[in-house]
Amino acid sequence: MTTIALPRFDVVTRVVHWATAALGLVAVLTGTILYVPELSATIGRRAVLKDVHVITSLLLLVPLAVGVASGPAGRRLRADLLELSRWSTADRRWLRRRTRGAPDGKFNGGQKFVTAMFGGLFVMQVLTGLIMFRPNSFPDAWRTGATFVHDWAYLGLAAAVIGHVVKAFGEPDLMRAMMTGNGGERKS
Amino acid sequence: MPVDEDAPKPIGRRVVLGSLGAAALGVVFGGRVQQALQKALLPVTLHDPTGLTGLLPAAGRFRIYSVTQSLPRRATAAYRLHVGGLVERPLTLRYRDLTQRLPQTSLRRDFQCVTGWRVDDVAWKGVVLADVLDEAGVLPAATRVHFHSFDGTYTESLSLEQARRRDVLIAHTMEGKPVTHEHGGPVRMYVAPMYGYKSLKWLDRIELVDHVIRGGGYWETLGYELDGWVGRSNGGHEAPTA
Repeated sequence: MTTIALPRFDVVTRVVHWATAALGLVAVLTGTILYVPELSATIGRRAVLKDVHVITSLLLLVPLAVGVASGPAGRRLRADLLELSRWSTADRRWLRRRTRGAPDGKFNGGQKFVTAMFGGLFVMQVLTGLIMFRPNSFPDAWRTGATFVHDWAYLGLAAAVIGHVVKAFGEPDLMRAMMTGNGGERKS
Repeated sequence: MPVDEDAPKPIGRRVVLGSLGAAALGVVFGGRVQQALQKALLPVTLHDPTGLTGLLPAAGRFRIYSVTQSLPRRATAAYRLHVGGLVERPLTLRYRDLTQRLPQTSLRRDFQCVTGWRVDDVAWKGVVLADVLDEAGVLPAATRVHFHSFDGTYTESLSLEQARRRDVLIAHTMEGKPVTHEHGGPVRMYVAPMYGYKSLKWLDRIELVDHVIRGGGYWETLGYELDGWVGRSNGGHEAPTA
């Protein structure tokens, strides 16, 4: 029996992660400025901020789409995505319980949970954002509704981003794995 | 063969697809939920000394749309309102002319933004624009009133008939306090029956003109209607605010 060290995240996965992170950070920061009155009034430049916010948000899925579609090179990324989407009974138990053992796969229940949160809130923001972007094409009650959903989903997204970053700094091995591919190896 | 109870389920995918449905429901019913939440939260937000609850989406707060790079501030002592164009007597009004010398009017109305948010029962105090127009003496040739902001970009305008309504104020007080910088202080317009964009902030100059100049205003050049009646323009069906 041989054991080989595989990088936890291959180069395609890492590039997709950091490109998405950069776009997402800009989208969330511009959104924050547009949302918090004190920041809006201090910084102004609403038209530019809005354009940057819309463009980075629309580009956000491009790195992931390219990665997933890139044939054999995207194999590890596709496998990770699939595994993140699939919740076993152990994952659900992991989320409920206070004491937590090692996950039975590559990701634990919390990591799967935050991934689902990112995905779900992102589609909410795109759908409601499109209505806010083209308000005249929709009934006026929808504008109010879309703004309402966009605002609450923003709070959720901001919480998910902060939670994700705090957790990442608490796991230096995983952080190194996402930076360089090394560290946090698993045997196979 | 029995179904494997322990087989992983594609929960992540279901969450993403479910969120689409949830967002669609929120778009259709969110307005009503927001109104209910706003009413329920009012006792909390009114007595919150930190003001933090004002950041919650349902708190019924104002959103600040500042379009320029940075807003110049204007102290009340240095503030001057210029009234010119097609008038008999161009005026320069000081802050205390607007707050003390001229007759004061108070109004309590809902504030409706064209993008959908509404703030209930906002108290405004100021001078009726028509009184200032009378003091300046509008020449017969004038048909419109054009407003300039000291942010250098924001402009708005009203027809003379609209401008003569008694619920169109040059406002200096909001909710019992001087209008803050963020809300367009020290002096701003308040056009009660129209969407918020018609109520120009950071008022600097009022100009009487005989035609629609530069599209009629900043937001009009971006596609909003010149006559911005609440519930009767821009595709809106909200309850009127005046």
